[in-house]
Amino acid sequence: MTVESTAARKPRRSSKRVSAAKKPLSSEPQLVQLLSPEGQRVEHPDYSIDLTSEELRGLYRDMVLTRRFDAEATALQRQGELGLWASLLGQEAAQIGSGRALDDDDYVFPTYREHGVAWCRGVDPTNLLGMFRGVNHGGWDPNSNNFHLYTIVIGSQTLHATGYAMGVAKDGADSAVIAYFGDGASSQGDVAESFTFSAVYNAPVVFFCQNNQWAISEPTERQSRVPLYQRAQGYGFPGVRVDGNDVLACLAVTKWALERARNGEGPTLVEAFTYRMGAHTTSDDPTKYRHDDERAAWEAKDPILRLRTLLTAEEHADEAFFTALDEESDVLAKRVREAVRAMPDPDHMAIFEHVYADGHALVDEERAQFAAYQASFAEEGN
Amino acid sequence: MAAQKLSLAKALNESLRKALETDPKVLIMGEDVGKLGGVFRVTDGLQKDFGEERVIDTPLAESGIIGTAIGLALRGYRPVAEIQFDGFVFPAYDQIVTQLAKMHARALGKIKMPVVIRIPYGGGIGAVEHHSESPEALFAHVAGLKVISPSNSSDAYWMLQQAIQSDDPVIFFEPKRRYWDKSEVDTEAIPGPLHTARVVKEGSDLTLAAYGPMVKVCTEAAAAAAEEGKSLEVLDLRSMSPIDFDTIQKSVEKTGRLVVVHEAPVFYGSGAEIAARITERSFYHLESPVLRVGGFHSPYPPARLEEEYLPGLDRVLDAVDRSLAY
Repeated sequence: MTVESTAARKPRRSSKRVSAAKKPLSSEPQLVQLLSPEGQRVEHPDYSIDLTSEELRGLYRDMVLTRRFDAEATALQRQGELGLWASLLGQEAAQIGSGRALDDDDYVFPTYREHGVAWCRGVDPTNLLGMFRGVNHGGWDPNSNNFHLYTIVIGSQTLHATGYAMGVAKDGADSAVIAYFGDGASSQGDVAESFTFSAVYNAPVVFFCQNNQWAISEPTERQSRVPLYQRAQGYGFPGVRVDGNDVLACLAVTKWALERARNGEGPTLVEAFTYRMGAHTTSDDPTKYRHDDERAAWEAKDPILRLRTLLTAEEHADEAFFTALDEESDVLAKRVREAVRAMPDPDHMAIFEHVYADGHALVDEERAQFAAYQASFAEEGN
Repeated sequence: MAAQKLSLAKALNESLRKALETDPKVLIMGEDVGKLGGVFRVTDGLQKDFGEERVIDTPLAESGIIGTAIGLALRGYRPVAEIQFDGFVFPAYDQIVTQLAKMHARALGKIKMPVVIRIPYGGGIGAVEHHSESPEALFAHVAGLKVISPSNSSDAYWMLQQAIQSDDPVIFFEPKRRYWDKSEVDTEAIPGPLHTARVVKEGSDLTLAAYGPMVKVCTEAAAAAAEEGKSLEVLDLRSMSPIDFDTIQKSVEKTGRLVVVHEAPVFYGSGAEIAARITERSFYHLESPVLRVGGFHSPYPPARLEEEYLPGLDRVLDAVDRSLAY
């Protein structure tokens, strides 16, 4: 840069400069809440939920078992049985609440952290571990449980959900589609394009953003100047922020959004305001970028404890229920542990399987060459 | 309707019409494909006859077009997505490479991805930047994708039908400078296999291998060489992934010489792959090194320079002479 060009530039108004990572313009959460952090029922003018004792116990059970599964997977990673794990700790209410709002015919497009939603869809949790162990890239049949494969590229699946929902609308079906993504993904172009497409085609899709406050080390204010749920307004559909640690509110709001979709009223953005209690994945070290007091503040909002308080206070469950659930958790953990350790490495020739549906001459050629190469070792051994 | 002379663009239009008639799951989608009929009119009249639910004008967002096409395929549809020009495919490249190409493998074969992406490609029409590129190698390099390109109206008609019927994602490169060339199409013929190369003209001294827009240039080169007493065999590869190496090998083992011609830059291009494989397969039959004629390692030039950049008759014949001089 020349001296002249520097001089010609206007002086920076340094006194008025603000941090690039300043807080969103309105950071005051306007949460839909039906169950306070203290476990008290809260009235909301627009959303309510009326559940039986059995249903309330069911939500609690889902959250406890999902947390236990997640803890076991984290332990398995530490023991070297999994290459990586993306923990959902802290996000149980967002996932179980939204997951239990779905009908069987609805279709789910997850990221890679929706273990609780998978649980609600009836996907065997051991199926989720293959990709983290390194034996496949997903591997389950998405159509068995209407639960698509985990998607690792951030935000890509929101477009798949939108296209799928466009197809649902074409079919005249009265089911809905839900796309999960995180606060970091909200910055991706694909998420913006999925908002555009779904609004333009009035697609029956619910965008369920779990704002867990951190995209690895980047806080939400690095992603957005406005609360995320407000983004929807610019695309022409409603956005709602819900207490993501309140399973009742997540259930109620998601049910409402899915119903809108089924009724032909188009997309909705639900922002579940929650917190990732652990690391982004087991490769991450959150102590380098966030403070203990933040985590402690969120611990007080724990989704499982608050429902337990309600269950006890309103006498929906007794000690025998909690004891039995602890035992069921242990059984699940043991089953998961044993299943992971028993997972065989894939056959070497699996490299060439399912590259194409209709076959491909090059794959055939390389398969034959590799088979011959491997067979040559057997011959040497003879 | 049986045999008739159609422009390549009209043959594609008839092919899409046939596909829409045959299979209610086939959808056309892209920017301006509806009322306008596409900027090259390849989808002309289709929305009028099949409606907005089948021929879908999309928002101007390439990643969105391909990403939603993936979702529609997951729902059981067979989307045929149009990318308006070659240089505009890159916003969608992520969806094509990280999602479309891998979905079948990730599901261990339990789901299929019957998506066709039509891309008008290549130069020679005096267009502005990003409207004349040949990115086929970037797609052929990706496992899970199939990459094909017709050179004439009959192939345009039949290869597009076959691509739409395929359960694999197919990148269908249309040679835009040949859109207005007319040739015979027999709509009642029984088409040959999709990924098999065609011997356009038999010869004995040297093999010219090309695809898409360069097949015509190579055919003209062979005619010019014939006047000088040289007998050139011309192959239309038709498919860049997979490549029909058997047909190339057979030809090369007859002629002993091979020149590969494409518009795309030579460096890391499909000619490099063909040269390497044919050298492996036919080393003792080769009388000279496999030569390549193509674009330079430069951005596609402004229109006033494209005649210098694109392989023309003289550059092809020069390579033929160099090969024969060994």
